[in-house]
Amino acid sequence: MSENTAGTAKISTFVLLIVLIVLALSLVALALAVNAFILGEEIVAGYLLVIGFIAMTLSGYVLLQSRRRVMSMKITAPQVMTTIECRKCGDKSVREFQRGDYVFKELEPCKKCLDDKMMITAIYKEVKDKEKERASPF
Amino acid sequence: MNVLAVLPALENQLFQLPTGDTISQILSMLFYVVFIVFLFYGQRIQMYVMIREVEGSLYKLKYMRDEGRKTAIETIKEIGKPQTDPSARVDRYLEYFTISPQSMDPAGIVWKLDHILDVRDTRLKDEVKLMAPATDEVQVNNLENTLEAAMALNYIFKVVRHFYIQGKKTLSLYIIMQLQMILPLVMKEAEAYASALKAFAYGQPIGDGAGALVAAKLMHGYETKKVPKDCVIATVPVEGRTAFVIKAEGPGGNVGKPGDVVKALIEKNKGKITSVIMIDAGLKLEGEGVGEVAEGIGAAIGGPGVDQFKIEESLVKYHIPINAVIVKEDIGDAVSPMRKEISDAVDKAIERVKSVILERTKEGDKVIIVGVGNTIGIGQ
Repeated sequence: MSENTAGTAKISTFVLLIVLIVLALSLVALALAVNAFILGEEIVAGYLLVIGFIAMTLSGYVLLQSRRRVMSMKITAPQVMTTIECRKCGDKSVREFQRGDYVFKELEPCKKCLDDKMMITAIYKEVKDKEKERASPF
Repeated sequence: MNVLAVLPALENQLFQLPTGDTISQILSMLFYVVFIVFLFYGQRIQMYVMIREVEGSLYKLKYMRDEGRKTAIETIKEIGKPQTDPSARVDRYLEYFTISPQSMDPAGIVWKLDHILDVRDTRLKDEVKLMAPATDEVQVNNLENTLEAAMALNYIFKVVRHFYIQGKKTLSLYIIMQLQMILPLVMKEAEAYASALKAFAYGQPIGDGAGALVAAKLMHGYETKKVPKDCVIATVPVEGRTAFVIKAEGPGGNVGKPGDVVKALIEKNKGKITSVIMIDAGLKLEGEGVGEVAEGIGAAIGGPGVDQFKIEESLVKYHIPINAVIVKEDIGDAVSPMRKEISDAVDKAIERVKSVILERTKEGDKVIIVGVGNTIGIGQ
């Protein structure tokens, strides 16, 4: 069971429309800036350039924020690992969790010593560093 | 060069713009309008901002509720092999409620609550068996846990929606404000249940099972006996003492009724028990580390309090000391798949239990060790 996401969540069409309009206007502003530059109005071109870039950055930021919000709407199943050990030779292996696994479940005989059955000794999920709490000075 | 100096040129480029004086007049007017609007409608604007915030969380809660329902139905279809579509039954299950007993005269309320919880448990298990006929006992327990998580998500969504609609209807800032203030905690709990769904559906051990895992490791390799209700017991020699180790019967999702077992065991030994040690997952405070092990006094057991009452009553009758060992974790860790830190902390907890036995009892004494918690994904 690898990291998977359940369901699909979409960005609101209204937000997407607004973002697209602002993006289009920013492109117009940039085009006008080029036009003004050709006409020799360098200062006007500069202002239009700033307006165009600000609008473009803002629309990009809003799109990114909406995407982040959508991502947070998803329920992610964490990667769960199963530790298998041989009680006799101590051979240890870790694999992804499979349905039906449980702690102290006996599995097939050990491939190394072929004597004793392997056993599940632990099932756990590992939390990524970024998910862990930020270190507090206290 | 200031902005106003380039305005005439911009005017040619875009559209006709007013002159500098007019702009300052317009800006002043705008400032006054904004000031007056905020003076009279500030609170209402604040309320609309809060309503939008609550609305966003409500969408998320609705999504979680729907996902919970979907996961439950899919799991039932996958492992239960029902003849008919279980959706209608699942919807009915999600709306089940339990009425707590009347407490005007509190004497005997524990037994009334115990009875109601027993009836509820039997009823819900029967419902699961009807929904998923091709399941064994372990799968029934896991499915019941999955449905309970979905039920909790459904309930949280409905309560938040109730206050949101009520706040919007009455336009009461105080209803909305209270809701908005507790929302981060509500969302944290809902997210914990949402992550529990998959764990229950797949039968993975959860953080709450730390106590059960300690008991399982202690009793592993020794003969176990089933005891009512839904528990197992093993007699294990620990440091020259006889330890009766108790846990809920795994690997299905189950907490059992350890209160009944402890009570029966104390009565069977005529009170000749030197100490009772309970191990459970304990809620950590912010700033504390996940998997920290702490030791204390008292009955370490959560839930509605029935089992804690029974254990305490038996202990008082024979003056038996009680010790507790807890593995710290937060609510999210408690109901989601067990973190590695918690799994690793189990060995530390076992060492702590052994040190309590060595310090508090003599060789030849009898002790009871209770591993409390949901034993999903943990055998014995």
